[in-house]
Amino acid sequence: MNKRKLWPLLSLLVIVSMLAVACGGEEATATPKPEPTEAPAATAAPPTGGELEIFSWWTAGGEADGLNAMYGIYSGKYPDVEIINATVAGGAGSNAQAVLATRMQAGDPPDSFQVHAGHELIDSWVVADKMEPVTSIFEENDWLDSYPPGVIDVLSYDGDIWSVPVNIHRSNVLWYNKAVFADNGLTAPTTFDEFFAVADALQGAGVTPLALGDNGIWAATHLFESVLLGSMGPEAYRGLWDGSTDWNGAEVNSALETYTQMMEYVNEDHAALSWDQAAQLVADGDAAMTIMGDWAEGYFKSIGMTPDVEFGYVPSPGTAGTFIMLSDSFGLPKGAPDRDNAVAWLTVCGSKEGQDAFNPLKGSIPARTDGDRSLYDAYLQSAMDDFSSNEIAPSLAHGAAASTGWVTAFNDVMTLFVADLDVDSAQEGMAQACADAGVCE
Amino acid sequence: MSHARRERWIAFLMVLPSIILIAIFVYGFIAWTTTVSLSKWDGVEPDYTWAGLENFKQLFTKEGGVSAKRFNIDLWNTLFFTVLFMLACVVFGLLLAILLDQRVKGEGIFRTIYLFPMALSFVVTGVVWQWIFAPGTSTRLRGVNALLHAVGLDALRWKWFTETNEIWHFHVALIPVIIAAAWQLIGYTMAMYLAGLRGIPEELREAARVDGASEIGIYRHVVMPLLRPITFSALIVLGHTSLKIFDLVYTMTGSGPGFATDVPGIFMFETTFQGNHYAQGATISVIMLLMVALVIIPYLIYTFRQEVEL
Repeated sequence: MNKRKLWPLLSLLVIVSMLAVACGGEEATATPKPEPTEAPAATAAPPTGGELEIFSWWTAGGEADGLNAMYGIYSGKYPDVEIINATVAGGAGSNAQAVLATRMQAGDPPDSFQVHAGHELIDSWVVADKMEPVTSIFEENDWLDSYPPGVIDVLSYDGDIWSVPVNIHRSNVLWYNKAVFADNGLTAPTTFDEFFAVADALQGAGVTPLALGDNGIWAATHLFESVLLGSMGPEAYRGLWDGSTDWNGAEVNSALETYTQMMEYVNEDHAALSWDQAAQLVADGDAAMTIMGDWAEGYFKSIGMTPDVEFGYVPSPGTAGTFIMLSDSFGLPKGAPDRDNAVAWLTVCGSKEGQDAFNPLKGSIPARTDGDRSLYDAYLQSAMDDFSSNEIAPSLAHGAAASTGWVTAFNDVMTLFVADLDVDSAQEGMAQACADAGVCE
Repeated sequence: MSHARRERWIAFLMVLPSIILIAIFVYGFIAWTTTVSLSKWDGVEPDYTWAGLENFKQLFTKEGGVSAKRFNIDLWNTLFFTVLFMLACVVFGLLLAILLDQRVKGEGIFRTIYLFPMALSFVVTGVVWQWIFAPGTSTRLRGVNALLHAVGLDALRWKWFTETNEIWHFHVALIPVIIAAAWQLIGYTMAMYLAGLRGIPEELREAARVDGASEIGIYRHVVMPLLRPITFSALIVLGHTSLKIFDLVYTMTGSGPGFATDVPGIFMFETTFQGNHYAQGATISVIMLLMVALVIIPYLIYTFRQEVEL
């Protein structure tokens, strides 16, 4: 055999050994993972070491700062636990959900993961029997009286609580530019009649009345849930999600008609903008109002505006007295590799100390009713007041009211509706989405 | 062991790793996706109950409701996007190649400039062209609309990728997306054609000139027929890129109002990973695979025949 003939054999050897090393390496990292501990209830020994992997989509800004503040509290209590911050970027967690699904299906759950409280968690992971209930954590810490019953309702399924909420955002808020309103001698609208009167006046003055940024279609769904609540009231609105309110009924029809009318007052480039670009239109005075969750307040403040001075806020038209909530929460997956550490983490998440560290930075209010008011700004204080006194309703656009499959189908209906404004076909599509989700009929 | 046999054995061992990897990671997963598309898996828990062609039926008949509507729009969008995108790339790519072939000064610089967009990721292209074509409002124009206004061409302003009108089944909102995609791949087509043009022996052109052919005639009757294999290869590459397009559209426009710029890739991603409708997502994937196969298989047959001829 001459020298040249040896080369192919040699390179083959190199390739094979490289493959062997690559496979071996993967195995090496996979094996030392401890076997999941089997325990009947969520009680646990205090952490003495090991790791804690927290999965979330909080990668930047105030929310990342808030998460780090909670990590700080945890590390102060359990200095021997190494925290692994597993984050996946992407608005509202759309990419994170895909990554989480892959890991859960592969039997490799994180110790705890961020999820919108309510049906987003329940209809996906709880019914699939992938979660442990956290009711005992609530009981051991005497939290059941610290959270409003409306919140416990959203978190509960089949007699158990399934995640620990760290914050509450409000969805039905109308934000407005105070200077624009003052220049035109207007006051913030509280009913649809007032809204359309104000909108006509603004349009006459050459200002876009309502800013919308539905490049991510959830923003259109977000606006529509406020309109739904405003036209039918909290009881009928809540009934939409358990099948007791008819999607083919007159109330939904009138909400769709109102939405159609509102679209006449919306910036013409709404489909090209994101929600924050829409908020920027309001900040610049090109538009007067926008209906967005109260993370918009964080945006206004981040560009140097002062609440109650440069921008104002009221509940969206017709929704005073009701608080559409959405909540970020953390759950306990079955087979969490470091279960004791995760239970301790959830205890920090649900504590007053943890929530008062997280929320002022994130720009949301605590899910508990006993938060320290002095830590929060004027808007958040008013939201805390409303949260403890108002009726509470779950948000559709943000996973509290309906399963992710239902929300996706609903978003598809909205995508068609914002383009053709065909009320009948939208109503038919919404009824179909409810039926497909297994809730109606 | 004879010399020839050992030679063949070594050759087999050489390709064995890639055969195994492709068998698992390409064909294995195609088989798995097809299985899922024929199942009732809806939700996060795998469910391989046999559903037959039910998922396909849902996408193509009225029964599927909004999903079927969306998928119907997606297929039309894909058709128009693919045809117009390939046409733009081939026409402008060829034009640029012919111009560059005239031995212009600084050819290297031009070639680099035209090829450069190909070095970018579709995601970058999408974001940049989203800024360029963002329509703005009449009180505050953006991008191209602001430019048109500045030069007094207000009549040409329109809503670009947020336009919901369609001509027959063609959503005009696709035009900006086609421009962005073509911008990225025209340079690539140009490079292929340029190589082809350079490969045509000067003697052939000379001979045609001697026979009294005009310059245009030379291109029509000598150059173009010789470039046909290149056009064919370019169409294959462009065709399967556009049939599978996702990243450019996702970052540039998303689904668009009324699914004006939606494509099957986006539908598949959203329904699978946001809606947890795994069977439906797999069904869309299988249909996309079939569409690409329609383009690729004739090409494979063609190249296989050529190799045999050689």
